[in-house]
Amino acid sequence: MGTVKSTTSAGRMKSKLKSKSPLDRMLEVFVYLSMIVVTVLTIYPFLNVLAISFNDSVDTVRGGITIWPRQFTLRNYEMIFSFSGLITGFKISVLRTVIGTLAGLISGSMLAYTLARREFQARKFISTFLAITMYVSGGLIPGFILMKDLHLINTFAVYILPGLVSAFNVFVIRSFIDGLPYALQESAKLDGANDFTIYWRVILPLCKPALATVALFLAVGQWNSWFDTYLFNGSNESLTTLQYELMKILQSTTTSATNSQDAANMAQRMAQVSPESVKMAITIIVTVPILVVYPFLQKYFVKGMTLGAVKS
Amino acid sequence: MKAITLKTENGYKKTEQSKRTAWKVFKNQKYLYFMSIPFVLWVFVFQYLPLWGWTMAFQKYRPGASFFEQKWVGFEHFRTLFQDDHFYQVLRNTLAMSFMGLIAGFIIPVAFALMLNEVRSQVMKRFVQTVSYLPHFVSWVVAAGIVTKMLSTDGGVVNSLLMSLNIIDQPIQFMAQGQWFWGIVTGADIWKETGWNAIIYLAAISGIGPELYEAARVDGASRLRQMWHITLPGIRPTIIVLLIMSIGHLLGTGFEKQFLLGNHLVIDYSEVLDLYALNYGLAMGRYSFGTAINIFNSVISLILLFAANGIFKRFTNESIM
Repeated sequence: MGTVKSTTSAGRMKSKLKSKSPLDRMLEVFVYLSMIVVTVLTIYPFLNVLAISFNDSVDTVRGGITIWPRQFTLRNYEMIFSFSGLITGFKISVLRTVIGTLAGLISGSMLAYTLARREFQARKFISTFLAITMYVSGGLIPGFILMKDLHLINTFAVYILPGLVSAFNVFVIRSFIDGLPYALQESAKLDGANDFTIYWRVILPLCKPALATVALFLAVGQWNSWFDTYLFNGSNESLTTLQYELMKILQSTTTSATNSQDAANMAQRMAQVSPESVKMAITIIVTVPILVVYPFLQKYFVKGMTLGAVKS
Repeated sequence: MKAITLKTENGYKKTEQSKRTAWKVFKNQKYLYFMSIPFVLWVFVFQYLPLWGWTMAFQKYRPGASFFEQKWVGFEHFRTLFQDDHFYQVLRNTLAMSFMGLIAGFIIPVAFALMLNEVRSQVMKRFVQTVSYLPHFVSWVVAAGIVTKMLSTDGGVVNSLLMSLNIIDQPIQFMAQGQWFWGIVTGADIWKETGWNAIIYLAAISGIGPELYEAARVDGASRLRQMWHITLPGIRPTIIVLLIMSIGHLLGTGFEKQFLLGNHLVIDYSEVLDLYALNYGLAMGRYSFGTAINIFNSVISLILLFAANGIFKRFTNESIM
């Protein structure tokens, strides 16, 4: 008896120490509920689109699809893959993502390395020169005229060249290099390595986390951009990107058929599949590559964002 | 090239000997110059040359003619701009959506970061955070498509939900009525960017020393008070720096959302400065007029940036310059 009593009183003591005030408990409930709401609000639209893309399009018109297809089918996807415009778009999108990312990584890291060399005379000048571009830009029309004067309109190069050097990315890599021990560079120099060798052999391999961050930014930016296609290459069918094709199809019902003759044609070709379902299926195809990549790079870009924000 | 001129300028005032050492330093650093100058020229061409294009706004620009053959017209295009009633409507739309975006983009990520920080389960915290980044990585094309789908009158989840709760008995035509447009753009922005924007605040929160919280706990402060008196002041500098930067980008909020979510039914509410430049400048071949709009946009942005920076410097001792 006595022992039982003592344990319960001890337990009560413990729980009293641990127990939270009602206010804290309310806060906790509120926080957890909000987090659940946020998660649902974020994920639900994607699941809904996914379900519709796998649902029979005639059945979809009846409405009421939530997160699970009612009549499963792959027809919507089969339809898309038979459309050649999207295949070209896919190729161009992959190509610009790969080339744009590689080119941006090399140029960004090289410039960042020179800016991280303390004794480099032009370092301050170049840093300022770059930083200014983060706040002032010529704007849409002067940019367009420049591309026209450089004969970059209707070329693939217009996807790669203008954004090759981005101040933000350079500063992210620079601050990462600043965090490496400087003695590494000095000892390599004593061993007779020139500055380029130090960059290529010493710095670049150590920069992988920063490079991963920047690669993600570059790749996502390239994959997602559509406006440059619209502005510069919209009339050239062999150079349009996947995002641009998706944009045309999505806009085809919201605007009257002014800018999307192709989309109307396409919808006609797919008479047996409703455009709604096709839209959703393309949306999924455009989104999946990103979904696959980003969770793995999460630890890198969180670090990179913080670095970039502190420096710039 | 640039490096050499820079060098002679530097060496100009100096003695012969220092000139020689400067040249030696330059030779020593030749690899660094080789590795940076091409990109500096690159930035010059693609970022600075468009600024030179601003001269177009003061000309009657004809494509194809050289710079010296252009006819100069002074501020004529700006006068046309300021006399255009349409311009004021566009300005109103830009300012309205920018301010709504600024306020929402400032308060909600901070609130989200504070709340996520209170989640004690590490698994749940990570999960929620990973999910919250997701919309940032999809393009605006996809995001606009999803928003349109969710708000649609046939089977859109928002209308279905409102109808099943008996709040409305007719589906609302969200995308076809101008009065909803600013709210939809702001809401889409919140949906897409909150998780991403919270990253920096979460990083700042994790930098706050745990001893502060321990001391507060010993003093019997509730979690809410800890949030208010420790976490929030701890991330104050971060909040202010980001606020200044977003004020600087106020008019540069872009036009992608408006372009993709808007349509001819809501154009009175959806057209922003950049779209105005696109539709009434570029599309109609009025390059000079369009450039004038771009310049107006840039100049106002810079003024806002410096003003915000100055005000915060004065009152809070935080600034970015």
